[in-house]
Amino acid sequence: MNNIIIKNGQLIDPANNLNQAADILVEQGKITAIKPANTITTHHETTTIDATGLTIAPGLVDCCARLREPGLEHKATIKSETMAATKAGITTLCCPPDTDPVIDEPAIVELINQKTTDSAHSRVVTLGALTTGLNGNHLSEMNSLKQAGCVGLSNSRNPIENTLILKRAFTYAATFNMRIFIEPDEHWLSTDGCAHEGLIATRLGLKGIPVSAETIAIARALELVAETNASVHFGRISSALAVDMIEKAKNEQLPVTADTSAHQLHLTEHDISSFTSACHVIPPLRTLRDQEALRNAIANNTIDAICSDHQPHNIDAKQAPFASTEAGISTLETLLPLCLRLSQQTSLTQSKILQKITYSPAKILNINAGTLSVGENADICIYDENEDWQLSVDQINSQGKNSPFIGWNFQGKVKHTIINGDLLFSDTKN
Amino acid sequence: MAVNMVNKATKATDTLIGHDAWNIQLDKHGRLKHFLTTEGLGSNILTQILDTAESFADINKKSIKKVPLLRGKTIVNLFFEPSTRTRTTFELAAKRLSADVLNINLSTSATSKGETLLDTLQNIQAMHCDMFVVRHGDSGAAHYIANNVLPNISVINAGDGSHAHPTQAMLDMFTIRRNKGADFGNLRVAIVGDILHSRVARSQIHALNTLNTGDVRVIAPKTLLPAGIEDMGVHVYHDLEAGIKNADVVIMLRLQKERMTGALLPSEQEYFQLYGLTEDRLLSAKKDVTVMHPGPINRGVEIDSSVADGPNSVILDQVSYGIAVRMAVMTMCLGRDQDKDGEK
Repeated sequence: MNNIIIKNGQLIDPANNLNQAADILVEQGKITAIKPANTITTHHETTTIDATGLTIAPGLVDCCARLREPGLEHKATIKSETMAATKAGITTLCCPPDTDPVIDEPAIVELINQKTTDSAHSRVVTLGALTTGLNGNHLSEMNSLKQAGCVGLSNSRNPIENTLILKRAFTYAATFNMRIFIEPDEHWLSTDGCAHEGLIATRLGLKGIPVSAETIAIARALELVAETNASVHFGRISSALAVDMIEKAKNEQLPVTADTSAHQLHLTEHDISSFTSACHVIPPLRTLRDQEALRNAIANNTIDAICSDHQPHNIDAKQAPFASTEAGISTLETLLPLCLRLSQQTSLTQSKILQKITYSPAKILNINAGTLSVGENADICIYDENEDWQLSVDQINSQGKNSPFIGWNFQGKVKHTIINGDLLFSDTKN
Repeated sequence: MAVNMVNKATKATDTLIGHDAWNIQLDKHGRLKHFLTTEGLGSNILTQILDTAESFADINKKSIKKVPLLRGKTIVNLFFEPSTRTRTTFELAAKRLSADVLNINLSTSATSKGETLLDTLQNIQAMHCDMFVVRHGDSGAAHYIANNVLPNISVINAGDGSHAHPTQAMLDMFTIRRNKGADFGNLRVAIVGDILHSRVARSQIHALNTLNTGDVRVIAPKTLLPAGIEDMGVHVYHDLEAGIKNADVVIMLRLQKERMTGALLPSEQEYFQLYGLTEDRLLSAKKDVTVMHPGPINRGVEIDSSVADGPNSVILDQVSYGIAVRMAVMTMCLGRDQDKDGEK
C-alpha cells in the first residue's frame, strides 16, 4: 500500500463544512493529514496526485444500486459493477436484498462480501430482507443479518399486505436499532403499470401508476413510525405529494429520512412520449411539477440523499414494446454528472449537492464513510468540475448500457478514485 | 483539459428524447410512410386519406373490383392478437390492389416458442416484403416495429394495446364525411363507453380534432375514463342523455366482458341502464343523428338491437368503407415512387 499525497486541490467536505484549497496525505489506508495547499512536502516513496484545478471530494456513497449478483449475472456482476462504480467516483454501494437468492440469511451476505473483496474495487454494503424471501409473511432473522453486516432492512418493492406484520417488523427491527428502508408502493395500484398516470400515459395507452401508489404506502408506514418509533428511510421518492408528507413527518420529529434517484431530478413523463424504453423506470417519471418539488426538497433537506437507483440490464431487456420492457436505468456513470448538472442549473452549491451523495447517505446507512476527516478511511473522489464531455455507450463501464443519458453533454468528470488508500482509478486520457 | 465550449444547458439528445414520435410516420418529403397513429398527422394527410378512399369506394361497387396499383408488392398481415373483421378487410384491401398477401397469425405460433418480437420481425422481413400490417396487444408495438424494420418496409398499425387503431378511426371519419359532409366544424360528435381501454377512441379523438370538429364529447362512468382525457381536447360527460343532446354523430364503443371483473363496473345490466343506447335515449340527439359502432357489437349491453338495426345506424356501411380506407392507406404508403427520388 503506497502512501499518497494529493496536492493543491479544492477540498469540498460537506460533513466538516470545508471548501478550501488543500493538500491531503494518505497513509496506511487512512487520511492522516489535511493541510493548506502546497504545504505537504513530497518524498520519493509516495504517489503524488497533482490536483491543481480539480476538486477533492469524499468518495461517493450510493444508497441504492442493484448489482444483479447473485441471480442475474447475465445482466451484471459484483465485479463489473464495483469496477464501474470506482470509475464513477462511487466508493460505497448499498445493495438491496432482492437478489436471487434473497439476502435473508448471513450466507448470502458473506457471499456478496467475498465477491466484493475478490473484485477489490468499491465497497458494497447490504440491506437484509425484512421478511423471509421477501414474502411479506415471516420476519427474517434480523439480528443474524445485523451480525453478518447488513446495514439495514428492506422488503424492496415486494408488498407486505398484512399491516400487523408490517407493524411487528418495524417493532422488532427497532429492538436492534436497525433502520428500515422502504420503497413505497401500494402494489394493488401499481401492478402492470409502467408510466405515471396522467396525460402522457393516456395518450400512449399505457397503464398508469397513480401517485397514490406511493403516498398510500408512505402514509401507512408513517402511522406505524409514529406508534413504534422505528427509524424508516423512504427510497426513490417520485412525487410532490410524497415530499409534502415526509416534510410534515420531519416537522413532527419522526425518525424518517428519504432519498430520490438522480434521474428523477432530470427526466419527466414527457421523456417516454416516443415509447422510449430507456426511460421506463419504476417508480415512473412523473410531472414537471413533481420534479420541481423533488428539486426543492433537495434544497430544503426534506430529501436527505440522492441515489443512482442503478439497474443494469442486458440489451434484450429493453428490446420490446414499452410495457413489455424491463424497468430500470443503468446509472452509476451518471450519478455525479447529474448531481453536478443540478448544481449548475439551480442555486444549489456543489457542497450541498455533494452532501447528498456522500455524508448524508453514509449517515443513513450508519457507516463510516462520506467524509474526509483525519483518521477516516481514505475513500476519495477527485474530479474536474470544468471538463466537458459527452456520454457515449463505450464510456459506460457498467455491464448494463441501458441509459437514456447517452448523448447528453455533461460538465464535470471523475479523474481519480482512491478507496481504502489505494489509487484504483486514474483517468489517463489527459 | 477539454476546451470549455459545450453549452451545459443543452443536451445533444433533445432532438432524440421527447421528440415527437409521429414524425417517423412521414418520409423526408412529408408523405405518409407508416400509419401508426392519427396523432401528429396534419389535416392535409388525413384529408388525403379520405379523398383517396373516396376514389376506391366506387371500385368496390363494380363487378370487377381489382386495380393493379400494388401489383408485385407483398403485404404481410402480422396479427399477434386474434381478429377476424380487421384482418379480413386488410386482406381484401390488399388483394383488390393486386398485392400479394401473407397472413401470419402469431398469437399461437412463434411467440409461444420464446422467440422475441425482434427475431420474428427479422425472419419475416428476410422474405422480402414491402409492408407489415400489425396488430399487437402492447401499446407502442407498431412504433417499435416501425423503428426496427428495414428502411424500405412500411408499417400500418391495425391496433396496438390501448394506444391506437388509426385505420378504424379514418374509416369512421370517412363514414362521418359521407353522412355529414366535409365540413366538420359544425359537428357535435359523442363517443360513448370504455374510453379507458379503447385504442379506437384515442385515434378518433385525435382525428376529429385534427379535422377541426366543433365539439368532441366522451361519455362514460368515471372508472372508464383515463386520467387527463379532457386535455386531449374533449368535453367529458357522465350522463348519456346530456352527452348526446343535439349530437350529429354518436359512436358507441364495445364493452368487454372482462371489465366486470376488475371492479370497473358492477354489472352489464347497470351499464345498459345508464349507457345503453336505446331508441328513447336517442331522441335527445339530432333527428338525423348518425349512429356508429366499430364492432363487434354487444346487443343489449351497449346498444339496443332496434338502434343497431335502425334507420340512423351506419354500422354495416362502416365495414365496407373500411376496405376503401385501407386501400387508400396502402397505396399512399407503398405508391410513393420510391426509386425516382431515391427515398428509402
